[in-house]
Amino acid sequence: MELYTAMRHFADSWGLLAMTLFFIGVLVFTLRPGAKASANEAAQIPLKED
Amino acid sequence: MSIIDKHKFIERNATLLLVGSLLVVSVGGIVEIAPLFYLENTIEKVEGMRPYSPLELAGRDIYIREGCYVCHSQMIRPFRDEVERYGHYSLAAESMYDHPFQWGSKRTGPDLARVGDRYSNEWHVQHLTEPRDVVPESVMPSYAFLKQIPLKVTDVSMELKANRTVGVPYTDEMIENAKADLSAQADPNADTSALLARYPKAKVGDFDGDPANLTEMDALVAYLQMLGTLVDFSTYDDAAGYR
Amino acid sequence: MNHVSETIWLAIGTFLALLGAAYAYDSLFAAHMWVLFFVLLVSTILMLRRISFASAGQAPAAAIKSEYFDEVIKYGTIATVFWGVVGFLVGVVIALQLAFPDLNIEPWFNFGRMRPLHTSAVIFAFGGNALIATSFYVVQRTSRARLFGGDLAWFVFWGYQLFIVMAATGYLLGITQSREYAEPEWYVDLWLTIVWVAYLVVFLGTILMRKEPHIYVANWFYLAFIVTIAMLHVVNNLAIPVSFLGVKSYSAFSGVQDALTQWWYGHNAVGFFLTAGFLGMMYYFVPKQAGRPVYSYRLSIIHFWALIFMYIWAGPHHLHYTALPDWAQTLGMVFSIMLWMPSWGGMINGLMTLSGAWDKIRTDPIIRMMVIAIAFYGMSTFEGPMMSVKAVNSLSHYTDWTIGHVHSGALGWVGMITFGAVYYLTPKLWNRNRLYSLDLVNWHFWLATLGIVVYAAVMWVAGVQQGLMWREYDDQGFLVYSFAETVAAMFPYYVLRAVGGVMYLAGGLIMAFNITMTILGYERRERETGAAPALQPAE
Repeated sequence: MELYTAMRHFADSWGLLAMTLFFIGVLVFTLRPGAKASANEAAQIPLKED
Repeated sequence: MSIIDKHKFIERNATLLLVGSLLVVSVGGIVEIAPLFYLENTIEKVEGMRPYSPLELAGRDIYIREGCYVCHSQMIRPFRDEVERYGHYSLAAESMYDHPFQWGSKRTGPDLARVGDRYSNEWHVQHLTEPRDVVPESVMPSYAFLKQIPLKVTDVSMELKANRTVGVPYTDEMIENAKADLSAQADPNADTSALLARYPKAKVGDFDGDPANLTEMDALVAYLQMLGTLVDFSTYDDAAGYR
Repeated sequence: MNHVSETIWLAIGTFLALLGAAYAYDSLFAAHMWVLFFVLLVSTILMLRRISFASAGQAPAAAIKSEYFDEVIKYGTIATVFWGVVGFLVGVVIALQLAFPDLNIEPWFNFGRMRPLHTSAVIFAFGGNALIATSFYVVQRTSRARLFGGDLAWFVFWGYQLFIVMAATGYLLGITQSREYAEPEWYVDLWLTIVWVAYLVVFLGTILMRKEPHIYVANWFYLAFIVTIAMLHVVNNLAIPVSFLGVKSYSAFSGVQDALTQWWYGHNAVGFFLTAGFLGMMYYFVPKQAGRPVYSYRLSIIHFWALIFMYIWAGPHHLHYTALPDWAQTLGMVFSIMLWMPSWGGMINGLMTLSGAWDKIRTDPIIRMMVIAIAFYGMSTFEGPMMSVKAVNSLSHYTDWTIGHVHSGALGWVGMITFGAVYYLTPKLWNRNRLYSLDLVNWHFWLATLGIVVYAAVMWVAGVQQGLMWREYDDQGFLVYSFAETVAAMFPYYVLRAVGGVMYLAGGLIMAFNITMTILGYERRERETGAAPALQPAE
């Protein structure tokens, strides 16, 4: 029970923060200006010859 | 190596993608499922729950084999209409010995969580044999064949042992007497006092209208007749049980 | 390519199946082992015949090895079409059984045994084969590498077919764990685990051997699907068998824990098998058929992470108002609602891929199929979060509304995107100029679309009516309807639902014919565009 309470507190605070930061990180990383060229390059992969 | 290049590395590394995905998809299961196992108040404190008797367990295996769960739920939700229609809403404790659970997901037929004691054995046998004879609107298939097939369980003590391995508190005494209990429960002439001591409130006697033979129908009806009858609700406190 | 060792393994397997039948703990296991014995025996004989033929034509076969390993994909495409038709047919049969219960033939063809046959046939046989075949195709093209592991891909394909046959015959015999969409018993589960690991090795190996610097996003979705299904399958099927020579096993979990584990699996079978995997399909075949790159590659990456993160939490919405603790129900509801965002992000991304080429919806029936698939994806991913709201769920749960929702996703999204991919793949794989007939694709499109609309609309009305009837009170405060009366009220809906199913099945049969003729090399003479009759030439 104690372990559960501790985990619950962790999940409500730092765990939540960590997951939010991770997701924001994904957003920022994906949408950073430098990513555009690389994304466009990857998007063309299927259209190259079979 | 600049930070950007490192990011590119992550994006292009298949193993990292694999591990990253696995981590992300593990979180939900761990947070939601794991606590249920050691959270004490997941399952209410109730009086009357006991493991299934060998005959009931055999009947339950038939219930699973025939896919009854596809059309019948065993989970009454705490709404006025459901409680009036089916009885007290279902408690987690009532399925604590169910491996696997049979809550179901669809009510093509009515909920069966408390069907025990509601109808006579004869009604059940007739209903399973030709459902539309007793309920004209029913769309249930016929299960007449159950009455023709003798109940064959190679070694019912093995079934109890497997259940004990996954956590059902079958005692050594129950396992030793499993085979005798299996046939005694449906035998109108048997001495069932020891059986009833091991499995209080078990229904005994002939179930399928054919006392001479122990059939699959006996087992299934024995299971149906005990559903939802174990917990003593006169001693159950709704407020304390809320989770 | 002499299959001596494979044949020996098959022969050993055949012998073991015979031993299993002889020493079985229960009669069901014996029956199931006899099925396995005959399947493996026939396979062994076929392999033996192949060996004698192979010695003659050995050298040229090796010489024409192309860069890509496409033979197994051809088999996968045929299997997809075949199992699709079988699955739809069983669906129509069980729909009719609900309307006319006399169609139940006890014991083997009762509804309770037939429904798992239907769900597994469409999800795992039709959907699974489509996923395996297209993932093998896509990963090779986007990695510019031949499939890793050589004949391992054949093992994956045939191993998976064996899993399907064992699961299907098991259901009819009455061998089931009663876990929805995970019904096969422990020994079949173990076999699937082996096949699945081989699948992961082939897929991941191909990505690791790629000549393209990027891992294309479709492969991300396929990879997440393979890995997550492996995890879900193993955890949800943990069980203790009564005997190692018997069918029966008891789940490692009980009651409420078992319920949540099962629906954590059940919902993610939808999320990762029927969504992530088929999104992989969408991210390759839609750009390919449209001839344009995906609308926003970066949106697809966000779509990926958001989807896999949120889906895994949504399972508890299958257990609203049950004995599952409230906090878990609420968590499931919140994540289910949040899922709406990434889902629609993906839908917009798929649809907008066509921006600037909208005319193709009119001229290209295959594109039209893909577009309607994405539209149904959007529709069911809106309906799903709505139904996960507890207040809505209190009405919809246990009713046919759920069935309607599932089918708008399964028939609309999964089915249609697969048909689109199959129509794209067949001429490519068999080196044909085009399909046998685009007019027939058009017929298939309309039959399937109308079938889904009939099905989903009817089930929606049926479900809402059923839910309302169950909770209807009269002035005196008594329940108005007995349960039997609510069953009787469903009859017209069940008949109409079967009509919708028949239309969808008819579309599937047309596809099977069209694909067969294409493979055989026929081309039907048709108008150039192949589109709906145009009164004047386009442009």
